[in-house]
Amino acid sequence: MAYKDEQLHEEKVFKDPVHRYVHVRDRVIWDLIGTREFQRLRRIKQLGTSFLTFHGAEHSRLNHSLGVYEIVRRILVNFADRPNWNHEERLLCLCAALLHDLGHGPFSHSFEKVFKLDHEEFTKAIILGDTEVNKVLKKVSKDFPQKVADVINKTYEDKLVVSLISSQIDADRMDYLQRDAYFTGVSYGHFDMERILRVMRPYEDQVVVKESGMHAVEDYIMSRYQMYWQVYFHPVTRSAEVILTKILHRAKALYEEGYSFQMEPTHFISLFEEKVSLKDYIQLDEAVVLYYFQMWADEKDPILKDLAYRFVNRRLFKYVEFNPNLQMKEWMELHQLFIDIGLDPDYYLVVDSSSDLPYDFYRPGEEEERLPIHLFMPNKELRELSRQSEIVEAISGKKRTDHKLYYPRDVILQLPDDSQEKKRILALLHHSE
Amino acid sequence: MLDNHAKLVKVIASSAGIVGRKKLQKIIYIMKKLGYPFEEKYTFHFYGPYSEELSLRMEELTNLGFVSEVKESKSNYYQYRYQVTEEGENFLEHSPVDLSNLEAIVNDMNEKSSRFLELVATMLYFDDLDKADTERKVQEVKKKSNYTKEDMKEAWEFIEKIKH
Repeated sequence: MAYKDEQLHEEKVFKDPVHRYVHVRDRVIWDLIGTREFQRLRRIKQLGTSFLTFHGAEHSRLNHSLGVYEIVRRILVNFADRPNWNHEERLLCLCAALLHDLGHGPFSHSFEKVFKLDHEEFTKAIILGDTEVNKVLKKVSKDFPQKVADVINKTYEDKLVVSLISSQIDADRMDYLQRDAYFTGVSYGHFDMERILRVMRPYEDQVVVKESGMHAVEDYIMSRYQMYWQVYFHPVTRSAEVILTKILHRAKALYEEGYSFQMEPTHFISLFEEKVSLKDYIQLDEAVVLYYFQMWADEKDPILKDLAYRFVNRRLFKYVEFNPNLQMKEWMELHQLFIDIGLDPDYYLVVDSSSDLPYDFYRPGEEEERLPIHLFMPNKELRELSRQSEIVEAISGKKRTDHKLYYPRDVILQLPDDSQEKKRILALLHHSE
Repeated sequence: MLDNHAKLVKVIASSAGIVGRKKLQKIIYIMKKLGYPFEEKYTFHFYGPYSEELSLRMEELTNLGFVSEVKESKSNYYQYRYQVTEEGENFLEHSPVDLSNLEAIVNDMNEKSSRFLELVATMLYFDDLDKADTERKVQEVKKKSNYTKEDMKEAWEFIEKIKH
C-alpha cells in the first residue's frame, strides 16, 4: 500500500477539551505529529503574553494545530460525497491544517516586528527544508511538501482547498476562538460549530454557507467581535506586549552598541544580526526566551534590567486612552517631561494602536479586496453575509480602533511629592483618563 | 509617534487622492517590494497580496480624522475614496517621515487600474521565481482574472519602469 494511503491498525485519539477527541487514522498524520518540529509547538503559547492577564491561557500552538486538523477532518467527512469536492485533496488538506502554524516562534508577534521575521516564511522553510517534517511529506510524493507549503501560503492552485484552512470562516479561526475562550475562562467565543460544519458547502473555488445556517454564522461573527475586545485586545495584555517589545529593542540596541552582556546572548545573536538560519529558529522557544529574561533582570544596563524584571514579575505599565490627533501637544510635553525625570521616552512612553495587533474583525470590504463570507441562497445565488444579516452589518460598521498611552506609573508616583514634573505628568495623564 | 501611520498619510498626500481600498493595498505592497520602508505585513489572499494591518491602520487614520474616507456605492459593492485632511497635514508636520520622491511613483501607480496593480503585485510576490515560472504561477493562482500575454508584458514593462 502506498504510504499516502496507509492507515494505522487502530485509530489513535487525543483527548481535547474543545473537540472532546482528535481522531487520527492516517499514518502520515501520525508521523507528522511525532516530528521534532511539530513537537516544538508545545513550547510556544498560542496566546503569547495573554497568560499575564488570563492565568489559564497557557495552551500551546500544538493544542491549536491538532484542533484545526480535527475541524478540517470533520469538514471533509461532510464534503466526502458532495459535488465540487475532489476527494484526492483530502490528505493535502489534513497536512496543511496540522502544519499551518509550524513556523510560529516564541511570542511571535513581537519577535517578528522587532527582528523583521515572518513566521509564514519559516513555516515554508520547515516544510521544504532539511527537517523531519519534510522527510515525512516527501514519502508521500516528491512534490507533496511544495503542495502543502502552497496551501498554507494560500498560493495553491485549488482555492477551495486554501479556503478551508484560511478564509474569513475557516478551521483556524473556528478552533482558536473556542480554544482561547476555554483556556482564558471567558464566557464569549462560543458558537454552534457543529451547525456551521453541517451547512458549509464546497462551491466552485470557495467554501460557502447555506443561507439556513446564517444565524449560526452570526453567532460566530459575534464571538469573533467579543473575543477581540475581551481577550485579544485586552489592555493589560497589550501592556505586557509593549514591555516585551521594548525588552527586545533594548537588547538589540545594546548588542549593536557593543555592550558586554553578563551572559553571552547566544540564542539571540542571529536575531540581533538579522541573519536567522532555520536551525537557529527551530532552537528558539519560549522556555529559552524566558530564561534570558530572567538573566537580563540582573543586567547592569538599567533599562534592560528594569524591563526584564517587569515582564518576569508582572510589573506592567499602566495606560490611559490617547487620541494622537487631539492630544499631540500633550504628548510632546510628556515626552520632554519624561526626559527631564530621567526616563527614556523611547522605552517608557509608548503609544499602542489597535493595528499593532495581529487579530482582525469580519470585513466585508469592497469588491475584490478580500474574499468575504458568502451565503448560498435558495435561488442558488451567492450573497455577502453583511448584505443579508442586520447583525453582521451593524457590527461591521462599528468604530473598531483605539490608541492607548502606556507608561510606568509606579516610577512617576515614586518621585518626590514636591516635584513639579510629577505634578505636571500626573495632571496631563489624568486629563486623559 | 505613529511613524507607520505617518508614512501612509504621506503616500496619500502625495497624490490628489486614492480611489479604492484594493488600489491602496497594492500600491503600498508594490512600494514595499521596491524597498520603501513600510512595515505592514502582507500575506497572499484571493486577490493577491493583502495586509490586514494596513486595512486597520487606514481605519485608524480615518477615525482620527487624518484621512477622509468617502464611501461611494457602486452597483453591487462599495468603493472608498481616500484624501488627506487638514488635520492629517498638521500631523505630518509633527511626524516627519523619510520618504522622498514619492509623487512620481505614486502617481504612476494611481493612474493604473486596480486590476492591473493586482497583477503587478502578484508578479512581485513571486519574485523569487524566474520570469517564466512567475507567469505560470500567476496564471495558476489567478485563473479567474484571465490575464493575457499582453497584460503580462505591460506589467513587466511597468515593473522595469518603476524600479528605475
